[in-house]
Amino acid sequence: MIAISVDTPAESEHLRETQGYTFPILSDAKDDVIRRWDLVHPHGGPDGIDIARPAEFLIDSRGKVVWVNLTEDFRVRARPEQVLRAFDGMNSNAASPR
Amino acid sequence: MKQSWNASVWVGLVVVLAGVASYPLFFIRYPVTRDFPWASLLIMALGLLLLAVGISRAFRRPDAYRGKVFGSILGVLAVGIAAFFCYGVFYATSQLPASHGAPQVGQVAPDFTLPDSTNTPVNLSGLLNSSFAPNGAIGPAISGEKTAAAVLIFYRGYW
Repeated sequence: MIAISVDTPAESEHLRETQGYTFPILSDAKDDVIRRWDLVHPHGGPDGIDIARPAEFLIDSRGKVVWVNLTEDFRVRARPEQVLRAFDGMNSNAASPR
Repeated sequence: MKQSWNASVWVGLVVVLAGVASYPLFFIRYPVTRDFPWASLLIMALGLLLLAVGISRAFRRPDAYRGKVFGSILGVLAVGIAAFFCYGVFYATSQLPASHGAPQVGQVAPDFTLPDSTNTPVNLSGLLNSSFAPNGAIGPAISGEKTAAAVLIFYRGYW
């Protein structure tokens, strides 16, 4: 599992420490990947900066997108059961998604 | 007869404010009360009901209850606050771009390399050929232990 936002590595590391997360958080400070994946929310952030709109992707080991969740309301996110169900549907033989 | 200060009006306003505050401070942590804010709306409705009772008393029995003026003002204020809350959760948070160009099911995800929180570059396709240690460190795949899939979570940031 990987999280991505425009936060700087320092801000993300602080979030990891305070919340006890063990998964990596990547920093896309200039919205490069966010733009390439068409996930930019223009002026959605404080001071009008461009940020990512919330989105979750399940990608298989060959890089193919297996499941996408583009929420229509940023208060409503994918629940763990939804992701696990999508993972089970992948017919993979691993124990759990990373 | 001494005129009461009409507690119902004041308590009503406080309850409406508590209802609005309850959402970002508490109910937002649980999907069951976050996705549709029924718990906060219930508290707000209770507050508005108390206000209505208080205002109606002030108008029907002004000899016993104060509050025709302050009750009306606080009532309008409370309705405004409740309306602002509803605007926020039923409209503002849904103003998201359509993102039609985002990778779709069946497409190959565009590869990328981004720094993680320790400024170490992480490459997506490299990731899908590696293994994860329990502490979150990413390393080369040990035979028989390949990564099965990756869940990418894009979020707004600024937490």
